[in-house]
Amino acid sequence: MQSKISISNLDFYYGKTQALFDISMEIPERQVVAFIGPSGCGKSTFLRTLNRMNDTIPIARAEGVVKIDGENIYAPGTDVVALRRKVGMVFQKSNPFPKSIFENVAYGIRINGLHKNKADLQERVEKALRDAALLNEVKDRLNSSAFGLSGGQQQRLCIARALAVQPEVILMDEPASALDPIATQKIEELVVELKKQYSIVIVTHNMQQASRVSDKTAFFMLGKLIEFNPTQKMFTNPDERLTEDYITGRFG
Amino acid sequence: MENRLLDQQLDLLRDKILLLGGTTEAALHRAMQSLTERDSELAKKVMDEDRIIDQMELEIDRLSVEILALQKPAAHDLRFVISVAKITPILERIADHAGSIAEAAIKINQEPQLKNYIDMPLMAEIAAEMLRTALDAFTSEDAAVSREVILRDQKIDECYHRVFDELIRIMINNPQAATCAAHLMFVAKHLERIGDYVKDICELNVYLREAAFIKHSPNQ
Repeated sequence: MQSKISISNLDFYYGKTQALFDISMEIPERQVVAFIGPSGCGKSTFLRTLNRMNDTIPIARAEGVVKIDGENIYAPGTDVVALRRKVGMVFQKSNPFPKSIFENVAYGIRINGLHKNKADLQERVEKALRDAALLNEVKDRLNSSAFGLSGGQQQRLCIARALAVQPEVILMDEPASALDPIATQKIEELVVELKKQYSIVIVTHNMQQASRVSDKTAFFMLGKLIEFNPTQKMFTNPDERLTEDYITGRFG
Repeated sequence: MENRLLDQQLDLLRDKILLLGGTTEAALHRAMQSLTERDSELAKKVMDEDRIIDQMELEIDRLSVEILALQKPAAHDLRFVISVAKITPILERIADHAGSIAEAAIKINQEPQLKNYIDMPLMAEIAAEMLRTALDAFTSEDAAVSREVILRDQKIDECYHRVFDELIRIMINNPQAATCAAHLMFVAKHLERIGDYVKDICELNVYLREAAFIKHSPNQ
C-alpha cells in the first residue's frame, strides 16, 4: 500500500512541555487510520500536526519531518492555506457557518475559485453533499439555515464542506462523539465509503468505532506511539502489552 | 484500574468449561469401564448423565454470548471467549460419543465376551490421556504441549486400523460373534473420533495462546 503521509521523528512542544516524542509513521493512501489512546496522550495534537493546525497556537513548535506525497509540510515557504485545502479537517463539535446549507458548502469552493460558473458551483455543492450522504435529506431546503439540521446532519454538512474543496486527506477529530448511535452509524458508514477516494485519519475515544471503521490503528500513550498495526491485529493480538491493557480496559 | 466485571465473567466461564471438561472425561472413563467390566448399570448412568452435559453446554453458550454482547472483549479476552465457545460443543460431542460407547456396551454385554476387546482399552487410554492433557494445556495455555497432543492422534488412528482389521477377521472366522464385533467396531470408531475432537481442542489452545489458526494448515 502506497504511503500518503510519511512522518519521521516528530517531536512536538507546547512551550517547554513536550507533547509528542519521536513519532514515526506511514499513513497509507485511501485507507482509514484510527488514533486511539487515553485523554491527553497526544493523539489530537498529532492529528493537528498533519495539516499544521497547531500553527494557530503561538507557543506550539514541531520538530521532525511530515511529508505528504513526498513534500515536507514543515519546510519554509509551505503554502499553509493550500496544505489545509489538501488536508481537510472535521472537528468533534459540528461548526456550520450561520448561513444556508448551500452557502456552507459553497463557501470553500468560492474562496478557492474552484468553480467555473454558477451551474458548476451548484453541481459541486450537490456533489459534496451527495458524497457526504446528506443530499437526499436536504435537497429540498438547500437555502434553509444550517442550524435547522440535526447534530448528525450538521456533522455531515461539515464533512461535505471539507469535501467541497477537493482534499486528498481528511482528518477527523472525534467526529461522532457528540452524536446518537444512529447518527454515529451514518458517519461510520460514510467514513468507510469515503476511503475509496480519500486517505482518512480519525481520532476516536470509542474503540469499537476504531475497530469498525479503520484499516490500521495507532495507540498513543503519554505522547508516544506505542503500537501501529492493522486494526484486525490490534484488536485480536496486539504486539504490545500496553495496547492489550488499554483495549481490554485493564489500563491503569 | 482492572476490568473487574469482565474478569469475573471470564473466571466464571473458565470454571464452567473446566467443569464440563472434567465431566466429559469422567463420562468417557465410565463408558469404557462399563464395557471392559461388563457393567451395564454403569453404562445406563453414563447415558442418563449426558443430559447434564447438554445443560452445561447451554449455560456456557449463554454466558459466552452475554460476554461478547455486553463486555465486548478484545485481544486475549476475545480469543479466550472464542476458544471456549468453540471448545464447548466439541466437549459435548465427545460426551455424546461416550454415551454411544455406553449404549454399545449394554448390547455387547449381552453377548459372550470377545478376547480382551483387542486394542480397544489401549485406544481408550490414549484418548482419555489426550483429552486430559488437552484440557490441562487449555488451562495453562500451553501451545507446545497442545501441538504434541495433536501428534498423538496418529497413535489412535493406528490402533483403530488394527482393531478394525482384527474385528473383520473375527466376523469372517466366527459369524456368531459378528453382532458383538460390529458393535465393537462402532466403539472403535467413537474412540477414533474422540481423538480427532481432542485434536480440534488442541488447535484452539494454540489459537488462544498464539492467535494463530493452525486448523487445516499442513504445517501445524
